[in-house]
Amino acid sequence: MHAITYEAPKSLEHALRLLAAAGEKGRVLAGGTDLLIQMRAGVRTPERLIDAKTIPELQVLSFSPHEGLRLGAAVPCYRIVEDPVLCQHYPGLVEAAGLIGSVQIKNRCTVGGNLCNGSPAADTTPALIALGAVCYVASPRGTRTVAVEDFVVSPGRTVLQPDEVLVEFRIPAPPPHTADCYQRFIPRNEMDIAVVGVGAAVTLDGEVCTAARIGLGAVAPTPLFAREASASLVGKPLDDEAIATAAELAQKIARPITDMRGTAEYRLHLVGVLTRRVLKVAAERARAR
Amino acid sequence: MPRKNSDSLGQGTREPSASSGITRRSFLKGTGIGAASLAAVRLQLPAVVAEVQEPPVPAVGPDPVPVTLQVNGQTYTVRVEPRITLADALREHLDLTGTKVICDRGMCGGCTVLLDGEPVLACMLLAIAAQGKAIRTVEGLAQSDTQLDPLQDAFITYDALQCGYCTPGMLMSCRALLDRNPKPSLADIKAAVSGNICRCGTYPHVFAAVLAASGQDPRLAQQG
Repeated sequence: MHAITYEAPKSLEHALRLLAAAGEKGRVLAGGTDLLIQMRAGVRTPERLIDAKTIPELQVLSFSPHEGLRLGAAVPCYRIVEDPVLCQHYPGLVEAAGLIGSVQIKNRCTVGGNLCNGSPAADTTPALIALGAVCYVASPRGTRTVAVEDFVVSPGRTVLQPDEVLVEFRIPAPPPHTADCYQRFIPRNEMDIAVVGVGAAVTLDGEVCTAARIGLGAVAPTPLFAREASASLVGKPLDDEAIATAAELAQKIARPITDMRGTAEYRLHLVGVLTRRVLKVAAERARAR
Repeated sequence: MPRKNSDSLGQGTREPSASSGITRRSFLKGTGIGAASLAAVRLQLPAVVAEVQEPPVPAVGPDPVPVTLQVNGQTYTVRVEPRITLADALREHLDLTGTKVICDRGMCGGCTVLLDGEPVLACMLLAIAAQGKAIRTVEGLAQSDTQLDPLQDAFITYDALQCGYCTPGMLMSCRALLDRNPKPSLADIKAAVSGNICRCGTYPHVFAAVLAASGQDPRLAQQG
């Protein structure tokens, strides 16, 4: 690995000053499970690492029925998986966080790092999109918000400027009869990268769907919000026909590539299968609430 | 500022403040590196500070800096570059070579150590970021030279190793599991070692050893 400096700021304000001073040479280090590997491979070459794990503002994890969820960008995934409140309100997000790596990885990796890494196949990103999560981004100029689906601009690149830090995600409290689900397809049992991943959240009034959001991973250069597919469900009973229509609309926006994990054609097929599956599970969960 | 782009492990030596004793290896290493560590002290000075205006926390590195690690109940200060991983600091600077570096990219689990009781991969953690945490390695499992951890005894009894390279990481993952869950199910054990790759295929024996060490019937390992 190339030579680096390391800084462990004790507050967000300190981190922002350090990052501003570092300019293009700086990068925030969260769990390191992607960044350190990329640095060793020479893929990324930041010269100044600023440790997000020591910033208290990035470790927030709180839920209230009014505010919803505040999820700090550097919260390790094991805290999400083991949190009974999150398991109750956001089972899809918990599923996504639980699918990332081994126990050892989950103890270090973070949802914020998963997004900032900019991979189109990040497991937690479609789950966040389904939940309508908003990113709070801080810089010396103030704070701005970015919808998760607008955060990644191309593989490995995000909207973050060199002096900006992703501080936390805010996710609305689920209304009554609302639930989410995330599933991915991999050819192994564990420890793999999604061939396709789909997250969905639905709200029901009786059998009628009153709100829906579908997020797609690993089928385009960036994670996608399937806007039309989501809108197609609203106002209809969440039956097989409506779900099939939404799955077809989700397939229409997928632009997958062929690579070692699967062909483009296979991925398109999987978008349909997984979209149907996650909508059915989310609907079952919503009915049970 | 001097830049180093080689893949070498960098300069450094260890300064155990509560060492259990000087081994032949550490003695030779310590005497050999004395001059280098003096040079490192000199180089580590305020060059970095000058680049950052009003630094709230001074940047450290890229030259070796003192890093204080609590390993197996002892406190050590090593001089390492910030880029040095915990795995390399343990192996190359503290002579704790029980922690194995196999893939060095977070895939295999060979370098699993416990950080405040939780299993992490020492190859994907900077040593400098592990300061202030209680680090436990495979060397810290045995209660004495003659008394192994019951889990280690069970690994021996149930022949839970073949080439042995994955074993330290496997032991640490299983120790962390038992510390949290004294009676794990077979599914719990499988999940706990899902990040520890053993190409010899010793998993069924590992499952039996963990079941036995937790007072359960090791034959349950054959059910999955």
